[in-house]
Amino acid sequence: MDSLTLTAMVSIITAGLTIAIGSIAPALGEGRAVAQALASIAQQPDSTGTITRTLFVGLAMIESTAIYCFVVTLILLFANPFWDEMLRRAGG
Amino acid sequence: MNISPDEIVLWHLGALPVNATLLFTWLVMALLTLVSWLVTRRLSTDAGISPWQNLLEVLVEGMHSQIREVSRQDPGEYLPFIGTLFLFIGVSSLLAVVPGFRPPTGSLSTTTALAICVLVAVPLFGIAREGVRTYLRQYLRPTPLMLPFNLLGEISRTVALAVRLYGNIMSGTIIAGILLSLAPFFFPVLMQLLGLVTGLIQAYIFAVLAMVYIASAASVHVQREAGDTGNDDRAS
Repeated sequence: MDSLTLTAMVSIITAGLTIAIGSIAPALGEGRAVAQALASIAQQPDSTGTITRTLFVGLAMIESTAIYCFVVTLILLFANPFWDEMLRRAGG
Repeated sequence: MNISPDEIVLWHLGALPVNATLLFTWLVMALLTLVSWLVTRRLSTDAGISPWQNLLEVLVEGMHSQIREVSRQDPGEYLPFIGTLFLFIGVSSLLAVVPGFRPPTGSLSTTTALAICVLVAVPLFGIAREGVRTYLRQYLRPTPLMLPFNLLGEISRTVALAVRLYGNIMSGTIIAGILLSLAPFFFPVLMQLLGLVTGLIQAYIFAVLAMVYIASAASVHVQREAGDTGNDDRAS
């Protein structure tokens, strides 16, 4: 197996693993946050506005970890610097 | 597939390559300026106001009340900066329904520029409110040992701000592109609608986070004064 195939293989497998493993923890965290917020809204409907606003900001913070994984995956798939370097070397 | 509008070079202006990000950033800015100028030229306080004035009043009033609720301070001096961030990101996400338009926020350079604006604005507002000494002393709390971590926090939250916005907007565009080749017609439209919602929520989140950072830098004094009076009460 030459190094070009190896680079492509490792990139694709790593991309899949990154988004698969990286989305587990944020999903659990967001689920907990939303469940807690719903319970709080059910207990105190008056403070729905504050809870919802804080929930959105918190969800964005939690979700950003998943977004980082997603960005890394997309870079590996569509803008892989190692793959480009390999292609450049093979071509020139 | 281009994952960033930076790579689409439209034409060269002298030595400067004009890419899609630049073009659409200036388009959004021109649109915002033109609409605001046209509407605010003929403002009235009568009962019958124009629908456009009504729209602008709703927007400004909404941002005013949101800033007041988030920061618990007078929103007057924060409104221009935070409001501009929100309007720019929101409008550039909403314009994604126009065919051929690539949101400029889907490029890491635009979002980094916006995040650096926030990074610079935090000490500016903090120093304007507190004075240099009180603001800088905030980095030494609770102990001077925490100085590197406080500085690291400033940088990492700026990076997070930039990458969060970039990842969300860019992923919407990419997913629409991938789905178009897999399941054309119906499904991409749904994802486009979801992208509109995500874009607006991200604009709101960016503005709220910028406000939270600025407010936390500008409210040290208030907390400290409250703590001091509490101690005095206990002493007397």
